[in-house]
Amino acid sequence: MSDNLFTPIDASLDTSYDFSRPSTSYWQDVWRRLKKNKLALAGLFIIILVAIIAILGPFFTAYSYSDQDLKIANQSPSLAHWFGTDNLGRDLLTRVLYGARISLSIGIVASISTMVIGVLYGGIAGLAGGRIDDLMMRLIDIMWSIPWLLYVILLMVVMQPGLTNIFIALALVYWMPMARIVRGQILSLRELEYVMAARLAGAGSWRIIIKHLIPNSLGPILITATLTIPDAIFSEAFLSYIGLGVSAPMASWGVLASEGATSLRSYPFQLFFPAIAICITMLSFNFLGDGLRDALDPKMRK
Amino acid sequence: MLQYVSKRILSLVLVLYIVITATFLLMHAIPGGPFTAEKKLAPEVLRNINARYHLDDPLWQQYTDYMGNILKFDFGPSFKYQDRTVNKIIADGFPVSLQLGSLAVLLAVAFGIPAGIIAALRHNRFLDYLVMSSSTLGISIPSFILASLLIYFLAFKIKLFPAAMWNGFSYMILPSISLAALPMAVIARLMRSSMLEVLSQDFIRTARAKGVGQGLLIYRHALKNSLIPVVTYVGPMAAGVLTGSFVVESIFNIPGLGRHFVTSIYNRDYTVILGITIFYSALIVFFNFLVDIAYVLLDPRISLDKKGEN
Amino acid sequence: MSFKKFLSLLIAITLTGAFLTGCTSTGNKDSSDKPVRFGQLGEPETLDPRKATGQPEGQFLLQMYEGLTAYDADNNAVPAAAEKWEVSADGLTYTFHIRQNAKWSNGDQVTAQDFEYAWKTLLSPEIASRYAEMLFYLKNGEAYNSGKVKAEAVGVKAVDPNTLEVTLEAPTPYFPQLTACYSYFPVHKKTVENNADRTANPETIISNGPFKLTAWSHNEKAEFVKNENYWDAGKVKAKKLEFSIVESNTTRVSLFENDQIDLTLDPPPSDVERLIKEKKAEITPHLGTYYYSFEVEKAPFNNPKVRKALTLAIDRSAIVKEVTKAKQIPAGAFVPLGIPDAAKGSDFRNIGGDYFKDNDIETAKKLLAEAGYPDGKGLPPITLTYNTHEGHKAIAEALQEMWKKNLGVQVELTNQEWKVFLKTCAAGDFQIARDGWSADFPDPMTFLSLFVSNNGNNHAHWKNAQFDQLVSQAKTTTAPASRVKIMHEAEALLMEEMPVLPIYFYTMTYMIKPNVKGFVHTVTDYIYFKEAYVE
Repeated sequence: MSDNLFTPIDASLDTSYDFSRPSTSYWQDVWRRLKKNKLALAGLFIIILVAIIAILGPFFTAYSYSDQDLKIANQSPSLAHWFGTDNLGRDLLTRVLYGARISLSIGIVASISTMVIGVLYGGIAGLAGGRIDDLMMRLIDIMWSIPWLLYVILLMVVMQPGLTNIFIALALVYWMPMARIVRGQILSLRELEYVMAARLAGAGSWRIIIKHLIPNSLGPILITATLTIPDAIFSEAFLSYIGLGVSAPMASWGVLASEGATSLRSYPFQLFFPAIAICITMLSFNFLGDGLRDALDPKMRK
Repeated sequence: MLQYVSKRILSLVLVLYIVITATFLLMHAIPGGPFTAEKKLAPEVLRNINARYHLDDPLWQQYTDYMGNILKFDFGPSFKYQDRTVNKIIADGFPVSLQLGSLAVLLAVAFGIPAGIIAALRHNRFLDYLVMSSSTLGISIPSFILASLLIYFLAFKIKLFPAAMWNGFSYMILPSISLAALPMAVIARLMRSSMLEVLSQDFIRTARAKGVGQGLLIYRHALKNSLIPVVTYVGPMAAGVLTGSFVVESIFNIPGLGRHFVTSIYNRDYTVILGITIFYSALIVFFNFLVDIAYVLLDPRISLDKKGEN
Repeated sequence: MSFKKFLSLLIAITLTGAFLTGCTSTGNKDSSDKPVRFGQLGEPETLDPRKATGQPEGQFLLQMYEGLTAYDADNNAVPAAAEKWEVSADGLTYTFHIRQNAKWSNGDQVTAQDFEYAWKTLLSPEIASRYAEMLFYLKNGEAYNSGKVKAEAVGVKAVDPNTLEVTLEAPTPYFPQLTACYSYFPVHKKTVENNADRTANPETIISNGPFKLTAWSHNEKAEFVKNENYWDAGKVKAKKLEFSIVESNTTRVSLFENDQIDLTLDPPPSDVERLIKEKKAEITPHLGTYYYSFEVEKAPFNNPKVRKALTLAIDRSAIVKEVTKAKQIPAGAFVPLGIPDAAKGSDFRNIGGDYFKDNDIETAKKLLAEAGYPDGKGLPPITLTYNTHEGHKAIAEALQEMWKKNLGVQVELTNQEWKVFLKTCAAGDFQIARDGWSADFPDPMTFLSLFVSNNGNNHAHWKNAQFDQLVSQAKTTTAPASRVKIMHEAEALLMEEMPVLPIYFYTMTYMIKPNVKGFVHTVTDYIYFKEAYVE
């Protein structure tokens, strides 16, 4: 379909047809549909629970994350230490609780920043198409090809260790797959009839992106965003290897799990507890993500 | 099409040029060099070494020399492995990574796509939940933990597979599962979601109303249209998996390229860093090109050499 | 692992604790058909003895080549490629007589020219050997390497095919031991001269040791077979060696416990306790000290009292027993156990004794108060830096906790990637940093000369004129008794000033199958497979 067959209606005319429904009922609608999805609700519930435990939990244990007792190092789970103890005799349960704070915030911040940057970038590239799209995609190719480790080491040298650094290091890479996915979606969506129709009706680019293209690409966007969370949590463990992570003795889930993986043969419980914590959280995020996808999807509305 | 391809090749060269330059500068910017050792070398010894590898030349000259050599496809000698060239290291390591990676990609696609389709067709029913839960597990367990667990249970506890090394097919199974788990899970989810998306669209409803059979419907209409996000993902993923994974190759002690990619940076083995980066980015660009071609094949409405409309 | 300097290699054995494992009995004929499978620590950087620098190379080269001397089962340096040698009265000239029946793997005679060629090319600026320093003992070795004199001036000369004359820069009583190290190995001049690449691949390597390398798959595995042309081939029991090249320590444990290798070393700390309990591992001495450096140029560590307070307030016995678990020895001084003192059979460490008490919190508190920081009050923030490694991390965390509990001193921990860490140490860009040193050779000097003002490895940047003077005095003193006495004085001064915080003396953990016999391992973690076999 070539563009010059049609001429846009004068946008000043008040006859412009609004293809979207009023937004007031939209979110109520989403919530109504989300409530019907049991798994998603369970996911949401567990996430809130984990967040509460992460915030308040450490106040209720008898130990601190750094209290050592070398005599009881590497003990299996017991009544005194539900999750057992680590190589310096620290209570593993307490360390997992503290680790939740770090890892949850890393996961959430990483996936939100990924979403914002990636959706904008990919959206613009896909919609603009042609030369701009080409240029923007080549830029991703370039950034993706330069070894991440190199700029992470540089970042470590320039800055002090801490959470901000990790956020930057993670945001530097994770937006790229998201941008690619969004751009691919937009490329295929923008040719669809209803987008054409909206455009013909005089809707501006931004309006098309926000009202039509993004809601219709929400599936892959949410999937990629929820994928980013576990990835970010474990990348943090790698970053702490370079020296970018939170300083010992504080430890994130990723660090606890990767240290547990090396002692798997001798003290399997040191891997299982942090790994189970991560898995449960991830399952919840994914169920919620799937539920949200279904709830937000305009085509699922009745 | 020809014009498009030549344009892409031109842009590949440009991309590579920028990648090389940026990597070159970055690796010289980070602390430590190839000969920074725990026990410091005597100054005269270090001087001889620097002269031999031309590291005493000004940086711009090292850069132009390097660029000149690349045009001859000569990536230079490794600083760490003194008797090996970068070309040789890539030639040794890549076939191994390629072999392992292909098996992993195959596994991921062969199981991921059908799982996603089944889940979509059985939306909100038992099979859907099964696929979704196991794929979530696949996403939540990173390869180093999965690999450790596989070795612990399948090699150590029940002696089903070798724990590590690279000696034939039985040695490939555990590492390729470790590599494939994540992409398989991602593909299943992407497939399911875009399949659901497509199934709810008007043309499918129309086809259904016209009485097109389920199998044909999926095959002819839904599958093709829902593959776009999967293909977008598979492109760079395949490039990544085929060039090898540091974690999996280290844990299973596989002599692939992935290990060199990371250890060369720790060793500050400048030539190896650059050589593998170039190789890797050429591969990435090539795979993304394949992805764009696939778009056109899958959806005739997408055209690649169209000018921007806005 | 990175401390391994091979100079320590064989010299160390003669005097200290290398030992023969298992019995040296004559294994039955069938047993030698089984290959000996070894888990090698890393990929060799090269197999040219002239360019080799570390443990992975040494482990290969020791099986493939043989120097003028070698070590026997009782850890004596004995004639190897040379059948005997003489020393001149001034200790400067050595004349080595090369065995008539010493043969290369292709049947050629091993000649004095092969040695002369190898040593001179190693020192040449063109080859730019990273281990050139190893041959600076030769007269004009250093001068030739820095381009000041021609190759002819270097103190090594083949008088005839069987006689090698070596002139040294200074008397070096342990020179025969040095020639057992791989930097002093010969190369097959006839082939290498025209094509240096011939030392790189199993197809072209011609070697003169007990085994020939037949296959080498990079970063994966290597195979050696018995060298039938070796002059002492009768003593070589195994027909074949199989090396798996495994960098990851957890993977080495997996392979060992999965019966894919027969012996290996250095498991991760978390497995040591279990492996010992299951009788899968043995612990052997290793000549080295694990310590921390204080950056003494900046407050508060410019005050020796603060340094001492932190040093005393540590429970080393607890660290060794509960954290590292490989029977390391708590350090009460800097020079480790295992170095001979002047009197025969005595140990430098035992004579010198401990310079401070372990876990002496009382004194530590007093010193800290005297320094003006009672109960840690008023101390500026302190950061402890270590390179990323699970073992270093655990010790750093333990120290942090002990200082907090015992002295009320708050310490932050920072970890860095290895080469970044090396730069940090060299630049003095830290307050307290993890450090360590393994023997160059079993003499207190290798440890003490570290702290001379201009030494590049003196990360504490500690400068003391009196100490410098004592060290140079010891270097020029030849009478053993007075030399050792001066070194004891130097160590006492070092411990008085405490620019470093000693923690423990190293050990090494070996994983060995009970049916592996006849191999020799050294205090510097090298293994000789010449007489090894699997029962």
